[in-house]
Amino acid sequence: MVMSAALEEVTMEAPLRLVEPVRIGAASAEKVSGSFALKDVSVAYGNETVIAGVNMLVPSRAVTALIGPSGCGKSTLLRCLNRMNDEIGNVRVGGAVTLDGLDIYQKSVDPVDLRMRVGQVFQRPNPFPMSIYDNVAFGPRTQGVRKREELDAIIEAALRDAALWDEVKNHLKKHAFELSGGQQQRLCIARALATKPEVLLMDEPASALDPISTQQIEDTIAELKDMVTIVIVTHNMQQAARISDQTAFMLRESMDQPAHLVEVGETKRLFTNPDDKRTESYITGRFG
Amino acid sequence: MSDRNRRARNARTVEAVMKVVTGACVALVVGAAVLILGKIVISGIPGISLEFLFSKPGMGMRAGGIFPIIVGTLMLVTLTAVLVLPLGIMAGIYLAEYAPKNIVTRIVRLSIANMAGVPSIVYGLFGLAVFVLLMQFGKSLLASALTLTCLTLPVIITSTEEALRQIPSDLRQAALALGATRWRAIYKVILPAAAPGIVTGSILGLSRAAGETAPILVTGAAFFLPRLPDSVFSQYMSLPYHLYVLATQVPNVPPEITWGTAFVLVAGVSIVSMIAGAWRSVQRRKVKW
Ligand SMILES: Nc1ncnc2c1ncn2[C@@H]1O[C@H](COP(=O)(O)OP(=O)(O)OP(=O)(O)O)[C@@H](O)[C@H]1O
Ligand SMILES: [Mg+2]
Repeated sequence: MVMSAALEEVTMEAPLRLVEPVRIGAASAEKVSGSFALKDVSVAYGNETVIAGVNMLVPSRAVTALIGPSGCGKSTLLRCLNRMNDEIGNVRVGGAVTLDGLDIYQKSVDPVDLRMRVGQVFQRPNPFPMSIYDNVAFGPRTQGVRKREELDAIIEAALRDAALWDEVKNHLKKHAFELSGGQQQRLCIARALATKPEVLLMDEPASALDPISTQQIEDTIAELKDMVTIVIVTHNMQQAARISDQTAFMLRESMDQPAHLVEVGETKRLFTNPDDKRTESYITGRFG
Repeated sequence: MSDRNRRARNARTVEAVMKVVTGACVALVVGAAVLILGKIVISGIPGISLEFLFSKPGMGMRAGGIFPIIVGTLMLVTLTAVLVLPLGIMAGIYLAEYAPKNIVTRIVRLSIANMAGVPSIVYGLFGLAVFVLLMQFGKSLLASALTLTCLTLPVIITSTEEALRQIPSDLRQAALALGATRWRAIYKVILPAAAPGIVTGSILGLSRAAGETAPILVTGAAFFLPRLPDSVFSQYMSLPYHLYVLATQVPNVPPEITWGTAFVLVAGVSIVSMIAGAWRSVQRRKVKW
């Protein structure tokens, strides 16, 4: 097994081989947060365990890519991080997931509060059937923001961060369904950012989009990683190599055993000099 | 000729015949509907006048208008709506959004479906026993409205549940992932999106309530009561029961009065459905997935 010894002892101080992004100005004063530690995480649907023994760190303010063949449990693992698995009946999560040291599965944690800190963008753009403004305002309003000027400011900032502001600033009252697929997906990113999350989970956010929209999403991710921790699932190796700092490769070797984490490491290293032969086969397209 | 050719020709013949047969069935149904509506319109229109709509019946219901009857129907349907819509829609929300997927839920759902098949006179007898006698509301608007509530509840619950299930689960997920509670997701996102379907079901259920005779006959509708009901404990007159009375209990009613009454009932129900339909198509154009 390739699981490095360092990962057995999961602590916040173990930064993997990653360097925290250098932060300048006022921002450097604020506490850098939004890092996950997963310890021996397993997930079962009913009595079928689909993932087992996942140990990894998700460093703050960096992009972590989850890769692996279809059905290996990438989406399932992602949903452990904002407890969206709770919404599916009959799911059991084992092991420990901590966000900045807080065990997010302990009784006192309300998933509703957790999800304000850990946002998610889905595979298919899923804007609400309402105006662009109301879509982005949904999260802040849920958090109790009512003042018009305050909302306006949050919405402008979120749309700017999602690189959509210039395209929609003059028709914020327009129905969200009138936007193109790529714009809708950036709207969904803005909607998630408006709750000011520390982490953004993205499950194949560009797989339903054309190449230009995909490029725009990737550019957006590059801009965002100074503000939030990003965990992204992707089937696209080039994309993982281009946008991520850390990559985790998951594999389910046969249907009668759960998937596990084969290798996790700095993206550049993993793609050029993987530790494991299976990682090499996968990234060179020999299976999956 | 080869077997395959023969089979292909047979298939073509069956295709042609089935197209004619199914088409003929539709023609028959449309024909019947046109006949019924045509008869009501042609025989009913001559009876319609402002005086007919806004005056009391006179001369043993053989003359005058149907004002108290229209008002009685409106009051009955409004009271039923006030009772049944919150109850039915809330129950539908529970079944679609909160109910655990287990055997109990399945039994509840099955029972509700079966309730829809119970004949309306049975609801009438139930209403008589429970609301009129046991709860001592007497023969009254309230007793009838409660009876009609039981009768329409299954339609409202089922159509609400169906309408909510039509909404893609993506939207639910998106709302929850933003830190919304389930109720907030339902109230802010799912209900508005499902509103057209819920309104359709509600109108359908209430139209049925407006046209029922048997359950109100035994729980509060009056044979003849030319003044307006003054409280929910009053008896009242109502269009379907009045029609029944005119058609079978009073000799020598001028046909334009009977048909005029039928016309008012049908037109009332149709106008409400048409308004709902128009609103729905406006909504549809706004919301599509
Ligand atoms: N709601 C569910 N109920 C039961 N089993 C599920 C559920 N969701 C996923 N699974 C199972 O869990 C395993 C992992 O699924 P998951 O969707 O996490 O894979 P994935 O890596 O995201 O695949 P893909 O790349 O195709 O999106 C699969 O075997 C799948 O059948
Ligand atoms: Mg997936």
